[in-house]
Amino acid sequence: MCTVCGCGTANLVDAHTHEAVVTGPTGRVHGLLGHDHGHSHSHEHGHSHEHGQEADHHHEPAVTAIDFGKGLAGVSIAGLSQERTISIERDILSKNNAYADANRGRFRDAGVFAMNVLSSPGSGKTSLLVRTILALRDRWSVAVIEGDQQTSNDAERIRQTGAQAVQINTGKGCHLDAHMVGHALEQLSLEPGGLLFIENVGNLVCPAAFDLGEACKVVVLSVTEGEDKPLKYPDMFAAAALMLLNKSDLLPHLDFNIDACLAAALRVNPRLQILTVSARTGEGLGAFYAWIEGRAAATKTPMARLG
Amino acid sequence: MAMHEVSLIENVLGLVEQERAKHAFARVSLIRLKVGALGSADPAALRFCFDAVTAGTIAEGSRLEIEIIPGEGWCADCRHSVPLEERFGACPVCTGGRVRMTGGDVLRLAEMEVE
Repeated sequence: MCTVCGCGTANLVDAHTHEAVVTGPTGRVHGLLGHDHGHSHSHEHGHSHEHGQEADHHHEPAVTAIDFGKGLAGVSIAGLSQERTISIERDILSKNNAYADANRGRFRDAGVFAMNVLSSPGSGKTSLLVRTILALRDRWSVAVIEGDQQTSNDAERIRQTGAQAVQINTGKGCHLDAHMVGHALEQLSLEPGGLLFIENVGNLVCPAAFDLGEACKVVVLSVTEGEDKPLKYPDMFAAAALMLLNKSDLLPHLDFNIDACLAAALRVNPRLQILTVSARTGEGLGAFYAWIEGRAAATKTPMARLG
Repeated sequence: MAMHEVSLIENVLGLVEQERAKHAFARVSLIRLKVGALGSADPAALRFCFDAVTAGTIAEGSRLEIEIIPGEGWCADCRHSVPLEERFGACPVCTGGRVRMTGGDVLRLAEMEVE
């Protein structure tokens, strides 16, 4: 566990030099998440009836056997100062945001265009990246940070293209955070003017809240997932600059309403750019490559002027 | 699927520890958060994991209070601030869709009571 920041749930595969992160989740978190498994999103509203033994726990957090009778009446215990209120007013994500700013500074100094690629599991992120790297590798230096709960399968797929890849295993963690990415960057030699793809953990909810220092977020939605996903999971689509609607080759076999999907996405984020693509056939990917290259060239320009 | 609210409470504890370096206290009895109605944190999930994440820390046994900060937007047609029920919601006054969210996605440790 990293004692600097308290992160204890990430496992940076290949990070032989940093023993702090080569550890699984703490027993505490493990037990908690084990309990949560399978219903974390179903209990969001009106959940008390679902977890009878948890009801007290939710609604009266202070009234446990240990603490009952403490509180104001107990402040005269010897050695304890009087109860007082400390005003803090700090952003809960301020620590992550500080790491994200540091990552962003590294990308800026290196002239690297970094993209945070987000989607639910199985939408085809890794296949999209493999195809994109093969198309761009002659003109751009490409590196990839792969986030998954377990296995380094995705990083191995990326390495087969010749690109550098570092795998982060988050254990029970449901998202990458900026601190994990900072450690992964130590394993990569970012080339000036290069591209970095950060493939986040497959999850349409949690990764949206964590800035990694990227220049922009790219959200991938596949046509097998349902056209109302942007309305059901708006945070991710609201935060993205580009949406790739993937697996377009399957459209003839599905009742997927593209217009409804695009309308839903634009309702959540009127500025969202959208490309319909197929990582399998390559359809529409030329526009994606052009989008990347246009953005990356703009990233590189200030450095060229400085240099 | 795991909850990112676990990470958020861990981040709250990190801020609590930073406060402890500034103000000496022996235990935390109350933690008060401000959570935007349009933000990415679910208050029910924060409460759900709070006791487990704080167990064994200086905040073990503390109460969690969450103040929900309502969503707010600016309607480009009404030229007014309007309450917003959804991040991408229509204007409640003119029903137009040209509303830009201006508030309600806060996620903040507001204050705490310590002993």
